[in-house]
Amino acid sequence: MGTGVAEHETKHETLPARPPELAMHFDNMHQQFHSGKLGMWLFLGQELLFFCGLFTAYAVYRGNHQEMFHYAHYFLDTKMGAANTVVLLVSSMTAAWSVRCAMLEQRKGLLITLALTFLCAGAFMVVKYFEYAHKLHIGAVWGNGFHVQTADLPPELLAKYPEMTGEKLKDMGVGSFFAVYFCMTGLHGLHVLVGMGLYVWLFIRALKGHFSRRWYGAVDNVALYWHIVDIIWIFLFPLLYLIG
Amino acid sequence: MAGGGVVKPAAHDKPRKHYLNHVKTFASWLVTLDHKRIAMMYLAAVSFSLLLGGVFAIALRTVLWNGAPAGPDSRILGATMEQFYNKMFTLHGAVMVFLFIIPGIPAALGNFILPMQLGAKDLALPRVNLLSWYLYVMGLCFFIAVLVFRGLDTGWTLYPPYSMGGGSEGQRVWLSLIFAYMAVFILGFSSILTGLNFIVTIHKLRPPGMGMYDMPLFLWALYATSLIQVLATPVIGITLGLSLIEHMFHVGIFLPEYGGDPVLYQHFFWFYSHPAVYIMILPAMGVQSEIMGTFTRKHIFGYKAIAWSSIAIAVIGFLVWGHHMFVSGQSPTAGIIFSFLTFLVAIPSAIKVFNWVATMYKGSIDLKTPMIYGLNFIYLFGIGGLTGLFLASISTNVHLHDTYFVIAHFHMVMVGSTVNAFLGGVHYWWPKMTGRMYNETLGRVGALLVFVGFNLAFMPQFVAGTRGMPRRYANYLDEFTVFNQASTIGAYILGSGIGLQVIYLIHSLFKGRKAPSNPWGAASLEWQSESPPDFHNFTKPPIVTGAYDYENWEYESEEAGWHLKQEVIDTGKTLSKVH
Repeated sequence: MGTGVAEHETKHETLPARPPELAMHFDNMHQQFHSGKLGMWLFLGQELLFFCGLFTAYAVYRGNHQEMFHYAHYFLDTKMGAANTVVLLVSSMTAAWSVRCAMLEQRKGLLITLALTFLCAGAFMVVKYFEYAHKLHIGAVWGNGFHVQTADLPPELLAKYPEMTGEKLKDMGVGSFFAVYFCMTGLHGLHVLVGMGLYVWLFIRALKGHFSRRWYGAVDNVALYWHIVDIIWIFLFPLLYLIG
Repeated sequence: MAGGGVVKPAAHDKPRKHYLNHVKTFASWLVTLDHKRIAMMYLAAVSFSLLLGGVFAIALRTVLWNGAPAGPDSRILGATMEQFYNKMFTLHGAVMVFLFIIPGIPAALGNFILPMQLGAKDLALPRVNLLSWYLYVMGLCFFIAVLVFRGLDTGWTLYPPYSMGGGSEGQRVWLSLIFAYMAVFILGFSSILTGLNFIVTIHKLRPPGMGMYDMPLFLWALYATSLIQVLATPVIGITLGLSLIEHMFHVGIFLPEYGGDPVLYQHFFWFYSHPAVYIMILPAMGVQSEIMGTFTRKHIFGYKAIAWSSIAIAVIGFLVWGHHMFVSGQSPTAGIIFSFLTFLVAIPSAIKVFNWVATMYKGSIDLKTPMIYGLNFIYLFGIGGLTGLFLASISTNVHLHDTYFVIAHFHMVMVGSTVNAFLGGVHYWWPKMTGRMYNETLGRVGALLVFVGFNLAFMPQFVAGTRGMPRRYANYLDEFTVFNQASTIGAYILGSGIGLQVIYLIHSLFKGRKAPSNPWGAASLEWQSESPPDFHNFTKPPIVTGAYDYENWEYESEEAGWHLKQEVIDTGKTLSKVH
């Protein structure tokens, strides 16, 4: 094309070659990277607002039923919750580490950290599964479905309040607590599952060698998403498990 | 790029390549990442929704000509006349709000114009843009599923506990309600993605040398809209997500019989749906600012005031949701605060109106079709805004609550302003988007029909409302007959105006005169591209001129269009996008 084209076309030709990752409508990699990143930050902002409906519901129901929330929290296993908190914090570290590895083109390190993040997320879901299974088994569920027998009440609850029965709790409206509990942790769990999917995707792309110091936007943005999932759990854990 | 060297194609050459014809297969549209094509697909989809919602409106107004006969004897489409009416007003509201007014201007017009006004080649995140369109179409399909599965008669607000009991049809519409929740949930994410994309584009693709204050006001309006879309829409998402779970599993969040709180739903719902009103009106105000400047050939008056009043409306708009709930049992203190904040929104709104009027003062007013819509806008928004103040005062609100006064008020703002601006914007940018001119005479007739029909439809409702006619009833007392029949005639005239436009706009696609690149003498950057634009938007880098500096353009009667003056081309800087 060199001859006979208009001036602006010529200018275009003399510019340094465009990297293959650079989309047609961006001027340079810097602009492309930061557009993606701003988009992700805005997405995280809407994620917070998305969860904030549930936090509001939590505040309303806890404000109206302080005692019931206190009794109900005995149903949650603090040890499992704490274990999950540690697992998620470790995964956040490996996620941040994977960004570093991508930037430095440390291929092996990138694959290991991506895999570790995925495994930690999986471990979180396994613990969550046991927690859910136990609650569903004893009948600690939402709405009017709550039907825990007095014998199945948590020992700590009975130790402190020997008079407590399953019937009393049900009349107190403990179903609302479990509605809030399952909705909040359930939605958070869905986000963890999405995150696991994203880490599989990143792992495959990393295997194919798609990331370099020039272009690692996807690793960075998924890590940002993963941190918000982590941060939401950091709020859920004390609000649900540690309100004794 | 083939043929890139040709700056100005000769008249009888083979057809110029542009975004509509550079690839022609149907599949190339379905996977396109071009913001212009996505905008046109959005325009087609929202226009379909407008017509669908319009058909429902005509149906419900027809029932109200005499009111629905009570009892099971009068039947239509497998339902009693009263049930039919209930479904029609519900679907009219839901389709118009969620499928037409909210995405209408930003997703169709904004998508096309925003990158061009920045001199950019596309939105920052083209794949997100296409995803948003597909989500929209999914939402539309869910709404059609609602229609197929017995409809819905709970009102567009879907208030529990009534809605989850299935309204007057009980459990028979269980499935429809699930589809409705899914539809609104999905449409919400479509809207969030559009808003997110616009904010990123304005920040990251604004060329060096173009400051925020150099942007056309349409972009300020879209920016303010996008802020609301990103921050308010997730709340309706979680609300309807919870409603869906509540409806299916009775978890006890909103239904009192399971320990839930229905007023919490109302708070959540209006925390989104009041700001959503500003998602509807702010882009309309942006279109209005463009039209007012262009067709008075005068620099827009009070640029910064208009720009910042958009942001002010967006911010205050988040804090007024309680004015929908003055009779829902919220505390009097909360009521007074919400009332005060609602009055506060009137200030930035009025600032805009005064500035538009001041723009027209001593301007050279050209009554082209978009300008007629612009004048309609000022008149109807004035009435819609001022009657809003009646409803913001608690005492009159209690009297007027759930009457036709409220219906007339929000139709003045939503239809009188937003739909007028949408139609004005479609006519304004039609030559740019399609490369064809519509018939100007028919355009003016259509605009007048819309104005007359709209006023006849809604002015009587103010009177009926103050005299106590409640909304959402299929019948009325005899004394309201005259108001209802006038209203129905008005609705028919309004419908015929819209119908006329559909006909001549589609006709213009095939038979219309070829549009010059700038038929109006507008000064923002999109008019420096060809009509319709090249695939890359600009065949040559645009010259930097003020978005409202009309003196840089001169009329060329040969082409019936406007060109940049030669001295501007010689002395002006081109918009360089290379750092």
